[in-house]
Amino acid sequence: MLKIEGLFKQFGGFVAIDDVSFELLEGEKHAIIGPNGAGKTTFFNLVTGHLLPDRGSVAFQGEDITGRPPHRIVKLGLARSFQRINIYPRMSVFENVQVALIARERQEFRFFRLAAGLCGPETNGLLELVGLDEEADELAGELAYGKQKQLELAIALAENPRVLLLDEPTAGMSPSETEEAIRLIREIADARGLTLLFTEHDMTVVFGIADRITVLHHGEIIASGAPEAVRSDPVVRQVYLGEEEAANGAA
Amino acid sequence: MTGRMTRPVLAACLTVLVLLALVPLLESNYLIDLFNEIMIYALFALSLNVIIGYSGNVSFGHAAYFAIGGYTMAILLTTYEWSLLPAFAAAVAFSFACSAVVAYFCTRLTDIYFAMLTLAFSMLVWGVAFKWRSMTGGDDGFVGVDVPAFIAERVPFYYFSLVVIATAVAVLWVICHSAFGRALLAVRENPVRAGFVGINTRLMRWWAFVVAGTFAGIAGSLFAMVHRGMYTESAFWPESATVLIMTLLGGMYSFFGPAIGAASLFLLERLTNEYTEYWPLVLGTILLAILMFLPEGLAGLAQAVRRQILRGR
Amino acid sequence: MDSIVQFAQQDLGNPGLAALLSNPSFAFIQLMNSFSQAMNLFIIAAGLSLIFGVLRVINFAHGAFYMFGAYIVYSVAQEWTGNFWLGVAAAGLGLAVMAVVIERGLFQYIYDKEHLMQLLLTFAVVLILSDVAKIIWGTDQYSVSYPASMKGAVDLGVTFYPTYRLFLIVVGPAIAIGLWLFTERTRFGRLTRAATQDREMLSALGVNVPIIYTGVFILGSVLAGIGGGLAAPFNSPTPGMDATIIVDCFVIVIVGGLGSIWGSFIGAIIYGLVFNYGSVIVPNWQDVFPFLILLAVLLVRPWGLFGKPEGGNA
Repeated sequence: MLKIEGLFKQFGGFVAIDDVSFELLEGEKHAIIGPNGAGKTTFFNLVTGHLLPDRGSVAFQGEDITGRPPHRIVKLGLARSFQRINIYPRMSVFENVQVALIARERQEFRFFRLAAGLCGPETNGLLELVGLDEEADELAGELAYGKQKQLELAIALAENPRVLLLDEPTAGMSPSETEEAIRLIREIADARGLTLLFTEHDMTVVFGIADRITVLHHGEIIASGAPEAVRSDPVVRQVYLGEEEAANGAA
Repeated sequence: MTGRMTRPVLAACLTVLVLLALVPLLESNYLIDLFNEIMIYALFALSLNVIIGYSGNVSFGHAAYFAIGGYTMAILLTTYEWSLLPAFAAAVAFSFACSAVVAYFCTRLTDIYFAMLTLAFSMLVWGVAFKWRSMTGGDDGFVGVDVPAFIAERVPFYYFSLVVIATAVAVLWVICHSAFGRALLAVRENPVRAGFVGINTRLMRWWAFVVAGTFAGIAGSLFAMVHRGMYTESAFWPESATVLIMTLLGGMYSFFGPAIGAASLFLLERLTNEYTEYWPLVLGTILLAILMFLPEGLAGLAQAVRRQILRGR
Repeated sequence: MDSIVQFAQQDLGNPGLAALLSNPSFAFIQLMNSFSQAMNLFIIAAGLSLIFGVLRVINFAHGAFYMFGAYIVYSVAQEWTGNFWLGVAAAGLGLAVMAVVIERGLFQYIYDKEHLMQLLLTFAVVLILSDVAKIIWGTDQYSVSYPASMKGAVDLGVTFYPTYRLFLIVVGPAIAIGLWLFTERTRFGRLTRAATQDREMLSALGVNVPIIYTGVFILGSVLAGIGGGLAAPFNSPTPGMDATIIVDCFVIVIVGGLGSIWGSFIGAIIYGLVFNYGSVIVPNWQDVFPFLILLAVLLVRPWGLFGKPEGGNA
C-alpha cells in the first residue's frame, strides 16, 4: 500500500528521520511506537506531504507521491488525524465533517450550490458512527476534549480513505474514553477494510489494535514485526520498553 | 453564518429592500444621494468580507479594485463613449482581471506578508491613477462622467443602483453560503486541516480574492456614476482603511454585518465632517475601540445581547 | 558604442538611455543617486525589519514615525535652533519617547493576539498619528536646508557630487555594520536574537523579556525617526509622506526578506538602482519599477532574497 524508501529529514543540524525504509501492507493495523522525540510525528508529516523530505521517496499504491502537497495526497485515499486537536473551532460539528465531504466530492469550487444540507445524510451517518450525532449543531471549539478527538476521527473518515494515519488517537483521553476509542477504531477499520497506521504512547492501545509494530528510535527503525516478537526483542526492551517501564515505575 | 437564510433574516432583507425602494418618495435629493452612497459602500464592505471573514486574510488595499471598476466605467462611458451595458461589463471584467493577477501574487503568501502586499499593490494602482493624467485626469480627478440619458436623472439612477446592488448582494450571499463558501470557512478556520481534507487552500484564497475584487469593481463603477467622476482618493490607502473598518465594525463573522458597519460608519463620517476635518483621527480611535472592546463587531454584539436575553428567560 | 547610443537615441527614441550610454559621468551620478537614496531607505526599512524580527509585529505606523522624524527636524533645525544635527538628534529622541509610549501603552497588549489584530492595531495608530501630525504642523509643505557644513559638492574626479548625499552613502553602511555588530557582539543583541527563537525559555532563565521588546521597538523607531530627519532636506516634510515611505519599506523588506538586516540593505540598493535608472529611461514611471522587481522576487523566492521560508508545504 505504502512504500517508503530511504526517507531522510533534518532540521538545522538535528536529524529527525534517518534513512527510514518501511512498507505498509494492505489491510494491516500497524503501530509506530518509540519514545518522545523518536520522530513519529515528523514521519507522518513527511508521508502526508506536510513536510518535504531531504532525501528518499514515498509511494502510495505504486504511485510516487514524494513532495506532493497534502490536498493532492488526500485525494488518492490517504487520510490522517492529528495528535493535537486540529478542527475548525468556529464551525459547527456538522460543518466540520461536511467540509471534508464537500472536498472529497470535489464540490469546493461550486459557487452557486448552496451548502445547507449538502452531503447531509452521509455527514449525519459519520457523526452517528463516532457518537457525535447529538452535538451536530454545537460549535466544534466548544466540545469536550474527548469529543473533539472523535470529531477529528470523523473528519478523517469522511475522506473515505483506504489508508488512515492516526497520530496518537487517544492522547489526553481518560482510561474509559480510551477504551471506547480503541473499540471504535477497531470496529471502523474492520467494517471498512481500512489499512491503519498509527502512533501511540499507550501500550494497551498499541497491543489492543496493532497486528504489526515498528519501533522508531532517534529517527531510525530498530525493530519491526508481530507484537509478540517486538515485545520480546532485546534491543527494544533495552532502549524503549525498559525506559517505559522505568517511567511507569516512577510514576 | 451557518446554513440557510432563516425566515427572520429573509424578512429583514425584504423590509430593508422595500424601505430603500421608498426613499425617493421623500423627495429629498440629499437623502436619495445619501442612501445611494450607503448602498454602494455596503456592497464594497460585503465584498471585502469575502477575503477577511471568509478566507481569513486581511487586505489593506481593497480600494484598488473599487477604483479600477470606477475609473474603467468613467473612462469607457465618457472618453470612449461606450453605452452602459458594454461599459459596465468591461468594468466588471477588468476588476476581475486585475484582482486575478494581484491575487496570484498575494496568495503565494499568507498572514502579514499577504497584508503588506495588498497595501503595496493598492499603492501601485493609486500611483497609476495619479500619474496617468491623460487617461485618468490625475490629481484633478476624472470629472464629468457621461451617464446614459435614461438614468441620468437622480431617481431613475437610484433605482438602477438599487437593482444592481440588490442583485449583487444576492449573488454574493449565494456564493458565501455555497459549497465554495463553506470550504472557504474551513480554510479560514484551519488552513492546515483544510489542506488535509483535500482542499487546495491557495486556489480557494485566490478565488476569494477575485470574487471580492470583482464585486468591489461593481461598487466602484456605480460610485463613478453617482458622483459623475472618479478621484484618486478612491484608490488611496485611507479608503481601504475605511472599508476595512466598516467590515470590522459590522462584524466579520456575519454575512450582513459589514453592510451594517458601512451604513453606521458612513453616517458617522458625515456627522464628523460637520464638526471636524480630522476624520482619520476619529476613524483610528474607532478602530482601537473595536479591537479592544468589540472584536466581533456590531453583529457579534447583537448576538451576545440576544444570547443574554435568551438565557435570562 | 556610438552605434548603440545612436540606436537608443533614434531607433528607440529614448534620450535618457542614450545619455546614460554616452555620458559616463551622468551614468555615474545616477549610480551615486541610487546609493544615497538606497541608504536613506535602508535606515528606515532596517528599523521595520528589526522590530519584526524580534516582536513579530509589522508596524504599519513605521511610516508615520518617519514622517514625525522629518517634521521634528523641520521644527527644531529650521524654525528653532538653525542647527541641522541638533534637529536629527531631536528626531531620534522624539521617536524614542513616542516609541516608549506606544509600545508600553498599546503594543505590549497584543503580542499574544492574532496577527490580524496586531496589524489592525498598528493601522489604527497610523490613522491617529497622520492626523496628529496635521494638527501640529498643518498641511503645508516645508523645506529644510542642508546642514551648513555639507552645502557644496565634492570633486570625485569623474564629476562633482553633493556632499550631503555622499554623507548618506557613507552613513548607511556604517549603520548596517553597527546593527550587525550590535546583534552579534553585545549581550543585549544576543538576547534579542534569543528572544526571536524562544521567548518562554528566555523568561524562564530570568531575562526581562518585556524590556528587550521595548528596547528593540525603541531602536527600530529611532531608526525611522533619524531616517526621516536625514531625508528632510531633499524630501520636504508634508502630509502623506508616511504612506509612500511605508510602501517603499514593504517592497524593500519583502524583496530582501523580513527580519534580515542585510536583506534590507540589499533590498534598498536594488530599489535605489531600479528607481533611479528607471526614472531616466522611462521618466515619470519610476515608481512602478520596484514593483516589477518585487513581483519577480515573489515568483522565485516568495520569502525574499535573505528570508526564511514560512514553513510547511501547505
